[in-house]
Amino acid sequence: MLGSLISYSPSVNPKVENPDELIATGVLASLQNFIRKCIVAVLSYGPMPKHIAFIMDGNRRYAKFRSIQEGAGHRVGFSALIASLLYCYEMGVKYITVYAFSIDNFKRDPTEVKSLMELMEEKINELLENRNVINKVNCKINFWGNLDMLSEPVRVAAQKLMASTAENTGLVFSVCMPYNSTSEIVNAVNKVCAESREHAENVANNGVHSDISVEDLGRHMYSAGCPDPDILIRTSGETRLSNFLLWQTTFSHLQNPDALWPEFSFKHLVWAILQYQRVYPYIEQSRNLAKKKL
Amino acid sequence: MRQAANTNTMLSSSHSPTAATPQLPTSARRSTRPIAAAAPSPRPRAGTTPAAAAAESLLPRGLRAELLPRHVAVVMDGNARWARARGLPSAAGHEAGRRALEEMVRLSRAWGVRALTAFAFSSENWSRPKVEVDFLMRLFERVIHDSVAEFLREGIRLRVIGEISRLPVSLQKIAKETEEATRSNSQLDLTLAISYSGRRDIVQACRKLAQKVQSKVLRAEDIDEALFADELETGCTADEFPYPDLLIRTSGELRLSNFLLWQSAYSELFFTDTLWPDFGEADYLEALCSFQSRDRRFGVRKL
Repeated sequence: MLGSLISYSPSVNPKVENPDELIATGVLASLQNFIRKCIVAVLSYGPMPKHIAFIMDGNRRYAKFRSIQEGAGHRVGFSALIASLLYCYEMGVKYITVYAFSIDNFKRDPTEVKSLMELMEEKINELLENRNVINKVNCKINFWGNLDMLSEPVRVAAQKLMASTAENTGLVFSVCMPYNSTSEIVNAVNKVCAESREHAENVANNGVHSDISVEDLGRHMYSAGCPDPDILIRTSGETRLSNFLLWQTTFSHLQNPDALWPEFSFKHLVWAILQYQRVYPYIEQSRNLAKKKL
Repeated sequence: MRQAANTNTMLSSSHSPTAATPQLPTSARRSTRPIAAAAPSPRPRAGTTPAAAAAESLLPRGLRAELLPRHVAVVMDGNARWARARGLPSAAGHEAGRRALEEMVRLSRAWGVRALTAFAFSSENWSRPKVEVDFLMRLFERVIHDSVAEFLREGIRLRVIGEISRLPVSLQKIAKETEEATRSNSQLDLTLAISYSGRRDIVQACRKLAQKVQSKVLRAEDIDEALFADELETGCTADEFPYPDLLIRTSGELRLSNFLLWQSAYSELFFTDTLWPDFGEADYLEALCSFQSRDRRFGVRKL
């Protein structure tokens, strides 16, 4: 369906759309698995990140460069996402968060938005029906964002998926859609204000509440219960945060590989972790310092 | 048109009220500041802006005025490392860092950047040795005190953000006085973040809003992003350019470290391995050129 125009990266076969097919079998696959396990074993000798966040940038450019239809770029991106999920699981990364759709993206061309929503609905339903991937990593899936902004079928599917994986205790996979960090913060502020109004605390001498703390706000973020990301990877070389996890990534290691998201593969992940391990002592120090003070 | 290099030399005698644009009269003078200084150059830069230096104000090759960031933020990291590499005490590193900041202010003013926010001291820095912290507080006081004349001359408006109550009283006083004195300036908004923490900024805004909700001035449901942004410490500073377009972090660290979290949602980030005291004109130019080449989409597709 995607045509012979595509030259796929060695790790992701764009023809493979069904997530289940990514769990490959056969002799060659077993050999690849073995080599991967060896690499992971060596890596694990050093500190491994617990939480990796991804900004999956570059799908449209990927489609453009390969002269395929734009929607197909997102589909290949989805395959890359599932592959990365499996690799992270192998490495012992417990939390993965991805920026699937920003509230700003609603301003895009309506046909593109519609096709993205349809793609998401399709993929969520696929994951619901065929649970090989979810079961393999014992995945708990969260959707972070203003779900009310989604159309009915997508929202219903997302809520079903969340409910059906709520009891799982393995990898925690959080999909941010539709999400904006600023609106997450305002949402948390709303809740904290409403909460403190209910408690009717004493007013400090300068008329400002003295009891609202960083932890209070943190509790009302979508990410409550998840540790902060250790690494934030934004593909396609752009160096900005685009309103993603501003509160949570303040001490995260920011990385900007030039690869486009559909090209992101095992070797990119290994490199990301190696870079993280290099600066780990310094990051840990700053983080501990911050915890003490704030 | 070259005037004597004299601290009282007025650049303002020849500039128009509008921002320093290429129309400023200039004469050729190559910047003699070493780019990767092997040793600190002991030139007093405070307030010295000879008209000759305005050669740089003719935007250097490669920069286009309309693509310049209007608000630049910088995390001034690396002073201690710089000093250690030279076997000097950290105080020397901070002094060199001060000179680098003054240079950056001068260049920003000359090239038409309208707002500059510098991360001078974070909440986490309080855990540094007391000797160093005391030195830094005295340094900030000295810098602000010595720069008042320049600010007034160059039309720079100073603002200090952060947990001001934790600072020594004398520093609080001089900061407040300078803010008052430069309140009406409009050429460059200089914001110094001293004892600042992005998360704490958000929490204090939350507290203020909670208080308003408490006293029934506001309903919790009415709080939106704009309302929230006004309560942040940066809410009343550069009203024209509240959010940085470009955020520069020196010394090779790839983190935000609790600086301007909310405000840098869409900022372009620029990381450089150069240590802050070595960050000079060439590095600044590189950062600005990199900014110009970025494709800023703000979530939407550029057609």
